[in-house]
Amino acid sequence: MTYEVPVAPGESAEVEESADLVNESWPMWEVFVRARRGISHVHIGSLHAADADSALQNARDVYTRRGEGASLWVVPSTEIHTFEPDDIADFVEANEKPFRLATAYDIPDEVGHM
Amino acid sequence: MRFQAILSAEDRFEAIVAAEDKIEPADWMPDAYRNTLIRQIAQHAHSEIIGMQPEGNWISRAPTLYRKAILMAKVQDEAGHGLYLYSAAETLGVKRDDLQELLHRGKHKYSSIFNYPTLSWADIGAIGWLVDGAAITNQVMLTRCSYGPYARAMVRICKEESFHQRQGYEILIRLCSGSDEQKAMAQDALDRWWWPSLMMFGPHDTDSTHTEQSMEWKIKRVANDDLRQQFVDMTLPQADYLGLRMPDPELRWNEERGHYDFGEIDWDEFWAVVKGDGPMNRDRIEHKLRAWEEGAWVRQAALAHAAKREAAA
Repeated sequence: MTYEVPVAPGESAEVEESADLVNESWPMWEVFVRARRGISHVHIGSLHAADADSALQNARDVYTRRGEGASLWVVPSTEIHTFEPDDIADFVEANEKPFRLATAYDIPDEVGHM
Repeated sequence: MRFQAILSAEDRFEAIVAAEDKIEPADWMPDAYRNTLIRQIAQHAHSEIIGMQPEGNWISRAPTLYRKAILMAKVQDEAGHGLYLYSAAETLGVKRDDLQELLHRGKHKYSSIFNYPTLSWADIGAIGWLVDGAAITNQVMLTRCSYGPYARAMVRICKEESFHQRQGYEILIRLCSGSDEQKAMAQDALDRWWWPSLMMFGPHDTDSTHTEQSMEWKIKRVANDDLRQQFVDMTLPQADYLGLRMPDPELRWNEERGHYDFGEIDWDEFWAVVKGDGPMNRDRIEHKLRAWEEGAWVRQAALAHAAKREAAA
């Protein structure tokens, strides 16, 4: 369900700083689902679990209650390494080479489909 | 889209939002955008979690085994929706347990609708029909939200929410085609849930602290009053079909506007419940806190078990 949760007049809408209020939390896992055979696993969200076995069980219950998954992966969130969007952008800029694309070449119509 | 090379971080953010593209977790975003999302997504998640209580109240009292199975599946969905949303909030750099702690301490709110009690089986029908119906009206808008993880969570939730509304309406169809007592029970539920459901859309936009900025950032796409009107227009014919009457003497079709006119919400009641003085505010948090504290040993045992297995491996 969804709602606009209003702030009463005179109350602050500020977000409290997240300051490790709770010490012993279950670690976070990223969940990947293969919706059906023939397609890749796709990232679908995350969850918390004490270990890999319970992460898989939780992933099944949270993300595939209506048969959405033919296969599931869980990966500790700390094991995911990423490029920041800026790094990717610089790479793309530096490698802008239209001649890598099939559309860069003129093939006469008479040749037919190529 | 290639905004990166040419624009400052802030201009790039604005350009992505303007182009109806999505902001993703690793992107630069204004602090206020991040904080607004954290507050809204967390409150939304808390609402799903607290929302399990009024319906959970009827699991052991459902009239048939079939209705009981449906209700359990629905309550399990609410838990799932809460988890999708906490997951979306965590992409913004907060921890789920911290958000929960803020809920437990009363620093975070959840939707006021769950501070009303479920007094009869008909209330389970009315919640599905009206509360989930109002929720869907709002959620469809949120699938187009500018923040990617929130929008994606909403797509999943919307797919599942339709079942919630239909099972509720079906409960009322059954009651309304039953005995006079059953029909009276359905009418009583509608009388009690109608106005709180309209309150779910929040204050008038003129009194809403967040609407304007949220619309600019495309977190919110439609104004509170417009969503409320949509909901009223959609729901009236459904009440007619049931043969129930809306508890609002001012409700009538306005030919000129092409919409139903309806009476004014009791805003004093609205703010009283928001501030903690609704019928069930204290019970809801007490129950939530009890479940959390009584589950502490399970969470610790699972961690101890995981550590032991890792040491043995």
